[in-house]
Amino acid sequence: MFGDYSLGDLGSIFVMQGFAGLILFSVYVLMALGLAIIFGQMGVINMAHGEFMILGAYVTWMTSNLFQTYMPGLFGGYFFLAMILAFLASGALGMLVEWALIRHLYKRPLDTLLATWGLSLMLQQAYRSVFGAREVGVELPQWMLGSLQVTSSIEVPINGVFVMGLTVLITIAVAYVMFKSRWGRQVRAVVQNRIMAGAVGINTEKVDRYTFGLGCGIAGVAGSAFTMIGSTGPTSGQLYIVDTFLVVVFGGAASLLGTIASAFSISQTQSTLEFFMSGSMAKVLTLLAVVGILMLRPQGLFALKVRK
Amino acid sequence: MTDNRFVNRSELIGILVLAVFLVVVLPLTLDVFRLNLVAKYLTYAFVALGLVICWGYGGILSLGQGVFFGLGGYCMAMFLKLEASSVENTKIQSTPGIPDFMDWNQITALPFFWKPFHSLTFTIAAIILVPGIFALIIGTAMFKRRVGGTYFAIITQAVAAILTILIVGQQGYTGGINGMTDLRTLKGWDIRPDHAKIVLYFFEVGCLFVCIMIAQFVRHSKLGRILVAMREKEDRVRFSGYSVANFKIFAFCIAAVFAAIGGAMFALNVGFMSPSFVGIVPSIEMVIYTAVGGRLSILGAIYGTLLVNFAKTSLSETFPELWLFGLGGLFIAVVLAFPNGLAGIWGDYVQPRIDRLIVSRKPKPEGWTDSSVADGAPAE
Repeated sequence: MFGDYSLGDLGSIFVMQGFAGLILFSVYVLMALGLAIIFGQMGVINMAHGEFMILGAYVTWMTSNLFQTYMPGLFGGYFFLAMILAFLASGALGMLVEWALIRHLYKRPLDTLLATWGLSLMLQQAYRSVFGAREVGVELPQWMLGSLQVTSSIEVPINGVFVMGLTVLITIAVAYVMFKSRWGRQVRAVVQNRIMAGAVGINTEKVDRYTFGLGCGIAGVAGSAFTMIGSTGPTSGQLYIVDTFLVVVFGGAASLLGTIASAFSISQTQSTLEFFMSGSMAKVLTLLAVVGILMLRPQGLFALKVRK
Repeated sequence: MTDNRFVNRSELIGILVLAVFLVVVLPLTLDVFRLNLVAKYLTYAFVALGLVICWGYGGILSLGQGVFFGLGGYCMAMFLKLEASSVENTKIQSTPGIPDFMDWNQITALPFFWKPFHSLTFTIAAIILVPGIFALIIGTAMFKRRVGGTYFAIITQAVAAILTILIVGQQGYTGGINGMTDLRTLKGWDIRPDHAKIVLYFFEVGCLFVCIMIAQFVRHSKLGRILVAMREKEDRVRFSGYSVANFKIFAFCIAAVFAAIGGAMFALNVGFMSPSFVGIVPSIEMVIYTAVGGRLSILGAIYGTLLVNFAKTSLSETFPELWLFGLGGLFIAVVLAFPNGLAGIWGDYVQPRIDRLIVSRKPKPEGWTDSSVADGAPAE
């Protein structure tokens, strides 16, 4: 499979495929971050996570349309506002869902999976009724088009670089909130021992609600970033949900570092394999490898010790 | 329940009612087209039945039952497809005697794993053994390492995704996204005309009752009680000296085999098999049927399957927009308000009234037991 390429070509292939993998990595990380927070803290399997992401994507699309019609002068900067709106919209919907649905089911984690699946079906149909069944694409501002020429045989698209930078920033922000702020300390206390955390005066219900909101909000930002590299349809979220769950489980639930490491290894394996075989076989091999490793090491790459 | 018989009186009545409904009422009232639809729905009832044992009693939620349904269905479809692709039938192909989709994908010889499917005996064995062994491998790998609950659900879901992508990707060997279509005869007997559909329907109902009896037996045996005990407090069962993993593997395997039988029936009754019955969405829908019928009730699962599918067909025919709202809402409502599904509603509200009517007329007979679904709370 390597025979037809010279060594220099192979190097370029690996760099370019590696870069394509990094974009996939960004989407995985942004989606998995929110999921890891929700799954890690509450043990809630949120099957509607993909739909929260798509909500962010639709909010971004609407914002870009709004800017195009009313403020064409400021179009270059619409994305930053769209991202904040996407975070708020998905986060608010997340908190509503937590209040109406999830909080009744904390004692039955498998049932959260079924209920959120029902929710995801309803959201999909709602998107289809409101936005139509066709996929919508966001028009990118001028400065995001084109690509950077790194060497004569390697070039990388600017929107990809932007999405990656964004991912790094959001990851740092989440890590800061989780590990440095007072609220993050409360969240971690609840993860480690819910009853004791309640006993020392942490309002665990409130922590749950805001954590769920934060996780969904990050999904919204993920959707916002997703519009930079692909088009959005009512069922786009579902395509990513299983992969994302595998990323979270593979990394070891409740470990942010593990989530990032596993997102990196999965996306890089997949995109490197994709060059040498069909996309479907690359995906099959990657998923098989992940499932195989999980069978040997069920706790994932980085396991956090939690008192059950 | 102290008696060791595997069917008690109220269950026997329930089974007889279902038998009369499926064998007498439906064939007399429905035309052949609708009866064939019922046959299609009942193939999912096999899966739901397996899920009652595995999920309701064992507490193991598998989101990959579509995998086993698919494996069983594809085994059957491979046999039927080979029979339909005899040399006389496929004269116009560049390589006669191989299935049409292989010819379209420039494959010139039958792949080695297709060859044994010329034999019906091998096919029937494969329908049981291939999914059974596959479930054994997954179950052993997972349960021996004490992986369960949500992790198991996610991993089975990933397996469903992998198998779907594989089937769609390997078009030349599997028929790809279209699946295996144009299945014609079973050992020379045409499965397409109306009278064949009716015969197949009764055959399927017969198989379903065999599976119901097996499920009843498992449920009332010591095995079934250990499953329930395990679901409630796994550690205590383990400390009592039972191998928890082996019981879980057994429950998972039996659910897989039931699903595979359902899949094979699907290929026979509907006349094709495609990856759209293998993936994540159908697998979760099959869990919905069980949840709606009542995850603790063997008969409830069958009624749940029929009800959801009837609703799906009639709603999606008349209000395609509303169908997903209805399904999603139904799911949320069942999980939030009625965790024991239809059987729970029946046992809580309807059964006591009927009992009161009967009891008020005559004294309570000896050995009389309460509702048939009082075996415990839903899984944690």
